[in-house]
Amino acid sequence: MSLLTVRDLTVEFPGPRGTVRAVDGLSFALERGRTLGIVGESGSGKSATSLAIMGLHAAARVGGSIELDGTEIVGAGREAVRALRGRRMAMIFQDPMSSLHPNHRVGEQIAETRRLHFGASRRRAREDAVRALADVGVPAPRERARDFPHQFSGGMRQRVMIAMALACEPDLLIADEPTTALDVTVQAQILELIAGVQRDRGLAVVLITHDLGVVARVADDVLVMYAGRSVEKAAVAELFTGPRHPYTRGLLGSLPRLDGPPGAPAPIPGNPPDLLSPPGGCPFHPRCPERIDGCATVRPELTGGAHPAACHLLSAPEEAAP
Amino acid sequence: MIRYLALRLLGVAGVLLVICAATFTIFYVFPADPALQACGKSCTPERLAMLHHQMGLDRPLWRQFTDYLTGVLAGRTYGDGPHAVQCHFPCLGFSYQNDTPVWDLMMDRLPTTLSIAAGAALLWLAGGVAAGVLSALRKDTLLDRAMMVGTLTSASLPVYFTAMTLMVLVVQIGGLLPYSSYVPIGSDPVGWAKNLVLPWAALALLYAAMYARLTRASMVETMAEPFIRTARAKGLPERTVVVKHGLRAGLTPVFTVFGMDLGALLGGAVITESVFGLPGLGQLTIDAIDKSDQPVVMGVALLAAFFITFANLVVDLVYALLDPQVRYA
Repeated sequence: MSLLTVRDLTVEFPGPRGTVRAVDGLSFALERGRTLGIVGESGSGKSATSLAIMGLHAAARVGGSIELDGTEIVGAGREAVRALRGRRMAMIFQDPMSSLHPNHRVGEQIAETRRLHFGASRRRAREDAVRALADVGVPAPRERARDFPHQFSGGMRQRVMIAMALACEPDLLIADEPTTALDVTVQAQILELIAGVQRDRGLAVVLITHDLGVVARVADDVLVMYAGRSVEKAAVAELFTGPRHPYTRGLLGSLPRLDGPPGAPAPIPGNPPDLLSPPGGCPFHPRCPERIDGCATVRPELTGGAHPAACHLLSAPEEAAP
Repeated sequence: MIRYLALRLLGVAGVLLVICAATFTIFYVFPADPALQACGKSCTPERLAMLHHQMGLDRPLWRQFTDYLTGVLAGRTYGDGPHAVQCHFPCLGFSYQNDTPVWDLMMDRLPTTLSIAAGAALLWLAGGVAAGVLSALRKDTLLDRAMMVGTLTSASLPVYFTAMTLMVLVVQIGGLLPYSSYVPIGSDPVGWAKNLVLPWAALALLYAAMYARLTRASMVETMAEPFIRTARAKGLPERTVVVKHGLRAGLTPVFTVFGMDLGALLGGAVITESVFGLPGLGQLTIDAIDKSDQPVVMGVALLAAFFITFANLVVDLVYALLDPQVRYA
């Protein structure tokens, strides 16, 4: 059985101008020891998905099903989900500065979860925090545990966040744009760290990013999201060598590559749709360079075995793209 | 740390010196001759000259100022020969009305003001912060709206109106409490509190309203911070999220204002003391201004300035403890 099973997930934000459906019928499964990259532009529903898994949505309506190791999270009691948070599933965020408490020492921020979930004594939890910092490569962890977040560099702060997330040995780690706020050189170190702990501990990782380069580096599987829907799912190598959805091809085409065809990267024209009034049919059709009859009226379903995509081109063999 | 503290204390001394000079200028240079006032109705030129000499007014202005400063810091002697009057440290001069040392007058009144300020501060801090936090957590609900309308009303009412309304309702009509008078806490703690409940309430209503709004704004902002989301992601109970993580960051600005407000109030809650007829520093000031009793006015002004600058210093020191990023910078 998969560690994490998401079925037909919907996340809706009711608002004064109407309801925004940020996630619309998303399904996927994730095994232990695997890393799933969820890729998409801003507003594609990546973060809404991760917060739904963590049960952290306050104002949103969440529908469908999310099972963590057989335990249903959608519609479960607040206390039941809270007991899972930080213990069975943990999350790291984009901006490690504002995500750490500015007034608490980092050691205490880590020790707090050990006391909470394992009932560790103060002294014991403090020792655990020092070890957790050492595990993620923070030099002089005993001294650094007494420092405040502002005394750390961006990369070190993200290491602290990771140490905190891993402190209670969770089964699932959700990393929401973990490297976006960091320098490029530090990005590589943090990704290496995440990949390393993933290997060592057999973690399941959901890596949320807009950066296909990040996905190529650490993910096993990729899920491409557009307008709250999954438009393509594949193993990472397959996605990069044979993208089936025009949006995925657009994303790859907008990526600067050393091994690609010569010429400047080509951005996808247009903007992501307004989710208050999403376009009919395939949500990508207004921007799609390969659109055909029916794209504007009929919504394509995700089809195609081990490498499914949601595109009419795939179900119309006579016009099939490569 | 010690260097920082020394620098700050030097700063406090500087501020007090400036205030001392300013009040000295205002009260000794501009008004009519103080000796003339001290001289009384049956004043002869000889007696006036004697008083001038006695009060040191025949000396150059800068000498008068340094004499005053010396008095504050070490005590001084007025006049010489058989008429010499010793004024002990800290010498702020003598009241024109009854020749009592200004310091003694103020120390006589301070316990009243201290009692009013401390009790009211405790009430408004507890009430204001509790209401503000509750409002922030129930943001945009009926409770929040009602609370904010209530606090706006309460903050808009002048303190003399609140004070008089309370007095009419509770004392005159309700007969629940006696008219206020000051009872020292040492001799009768219950009587002390009973007499001060109304002044406390009047002041606290005003300040608590402002603190509720300040706390609400600060907490609404804090609870939307990413580190609060992190705290929830850890699986902490909401109570811990609010108290340990939210309040810790959200109350810092509230404490900053609190220190200053308390400092200002220690200089005398003038209106409240007047309405309730409590003999505090505020009453002393009003009385002294009314009688052109300049040494007393100056003394109270200096004491109030001392409280405010000192409270400011304490706030800055506490702030450095609360916020690791501003540590003795």
